[in-house]
Amino acid sequence: MTSYVPNTKETTKHMMDVVGIKDAEELFKSIPSELRLGGDICIDDGKSEIEVRNTIHKIASTNKKYGSCFLGAGVYNHYIPSVVSEIASTQEFLTAYTPYQAEISQGVLQAIFEYQTYICNLTGMEASNASVYDGATALAEACMMSITNSKKKVLVSKGVNPEYIKVLNTWCKYAGLEMELVELDNYKTDVNDMKNKLNSEIASVVLQNPNFYGTLEDMDSVDQVIHSNKSLFISVVNPISLALLKSPVEYNADIAVGEGQPLGNPMASGGPYLGFMAATKKLTRKLPGRIVGQTEDIDGKRGFVLTLQAREQHIRREKASSNICSNQALNALTAAVYLGAMGESGLRQVACKSMENAYHLKDKLSKVDGVEVYQEDIFNEFVATFKCSNDELEEKLKENDILGGLYLGDNKYLFATTELNTQDDIERLVTIIKEVL
Amino acid sequence: MSTPKNLKYTKEHDWLEDLGNDTYKFGITDYAQNALGDIVYVELPDVEDEISAGDTVATVESVKAVSEIVMPFDCTIVEVNEELEDEPEKVNASCYESWIAIIKIDNLEETMTAEEYEKSL
Repeated sequence: MTSYVPNTKETTKHMMDVVGIKDAEELFKSIPSELRLGGDICIDDGKSEIEVRNTIHKIASTNKKYGSCFLGAGVYNHYIPSVVSEIASTQEFLTAYTPYQAEISQGVLQAIFEYQTYICNLTGMEASNASVYDGATALAEACMMSITNSKKKVLVSKGVNPEYIKVLNTWCKYAGLEMELVELDNYKTDVNDMKNKLNSEIASVVLQNPNFYGTLEDMDSVDQVIHSNKSLFISVVNPISLALLKSPVEYNADIAVGEGQPLGNPMASGGPYLGFMAATKKLTRKLPGRIVGQTEDIDGKRGFVLTLQAREQHIRREKASSNICSNQALNALTAAVYLGAMGESGLRQVACKSMENAYHLKDKLSKVDGVEVYQEDIFNEFVATFKCSNDELEEKLKENDILGGLYLGDNKYLFATTELNTQDDIERLVTIIKEVL
Repeated sequence: MSTPKNLKYTKEHDWLEDLGNDTYKFGITDYAQNALGDIVYVELPDVEDEISAGDTVATVESVKAVSEIVMPFDCTIVEVNEELEDEPEKVNASCYESWIAIIKIDNLEETMTAEEYEKSL
């Protein structure tokens, strides 16, 4: 199969003969002449391949790729084994669009089924959908799923990624829902504040673990409080962390969502990313998007089908909680290949190293005069509070090819580490901070 | 289409069985289950839920579509038929035995008799 099949002059003439016209212009007869452009669109002539390459290279070279990255805040710089991009960029996966005659696309369906299985393995939940756009919308969709006739309010911990909270706020506004935030105490959800805000109107409560600031939340104690209020428990999780931390099923989450980018997908300046959603069996039919299932054909051979079609288009329509009708097939496939390549032990190594490095950095930084770290239990991220503000710091770091932590305002920085940060990197970062302060 | 004479009916194709004390069993009629096709899922309300007239009391999903069961009166849910969680197809097989919920209605308004309902179809 060739990659580009243009219409030849002969094909075009044949088509015009069949339709009964002499010139393609005749197809536009019904558009009033005053609305027609009346000439060519004024764009430059085409450029040669050499000129195009040079132009694009020049633009691309303005990007700075740092040697060492300590920036996280929801998106992490993990290593992507070459087998991942090799498999994900095979033509059949890269160019395939969403399967509309789904059962004919057994390959794509199987790939999605494998992805869904991995997500269930990681979260412990009973069902996963074929993915949504990103972590933020996955959270918003989960909240929509929790709404009932009498419960139209969600409680969200301030430990949840602030960008997710902004997105959720927009969704709530236009869906006629209310959202209330739960306070933090030293970067950890204040369970008492949450208890005070719980009432019979609360459809669901959202916590992130590890939270945006890197703290490990006490998901067990929160589980009982939320469920005795008959609300749903939605947890936002980092998939890499699930190799080490308690999985959502272990603390009775009803819905587990998060950003799948750390699984083999590049940081890519903001996307495309991968929203994963997993739920209990009871909530399966409320999941948006599509869900692939495994079955047997008439001859007893294994096959894959869209057990639950894109819920919005086919079945629930205006009664759906979502309008997505789609998924992030290629990113989901990439995540599945990554997990297949890493395996359980590989993933655990990544998680361990990421966490160890964070504790090393935290340890060293807290010994620097003028730096305070108030958190105890973290995963791969933490907040460092500096005694005074620092305009110099980012410049100095840039000169040294280091992408520093996210500035949170108020002299605070959010530093993240992954398995890619070396001891050398960590030393250099600490030294530079010492110099600058 | 069967329409048992001892039951009351609503425009929305619900049937009601008077249990005394303002309590009623309700379900969907033969006409409704037939129109929906094979039912694969019934989303039941929670016990003690208070439903206002015109609100959705349950959702029935068939292979074709999702339909909301609307209660034309204010009511409170007393009990739900949990059998339907695992065997939703019972609604197709025996719609007058497979009740959806038992509700308490304070002000029962206009309902139809079996004849009136049949005529309305």
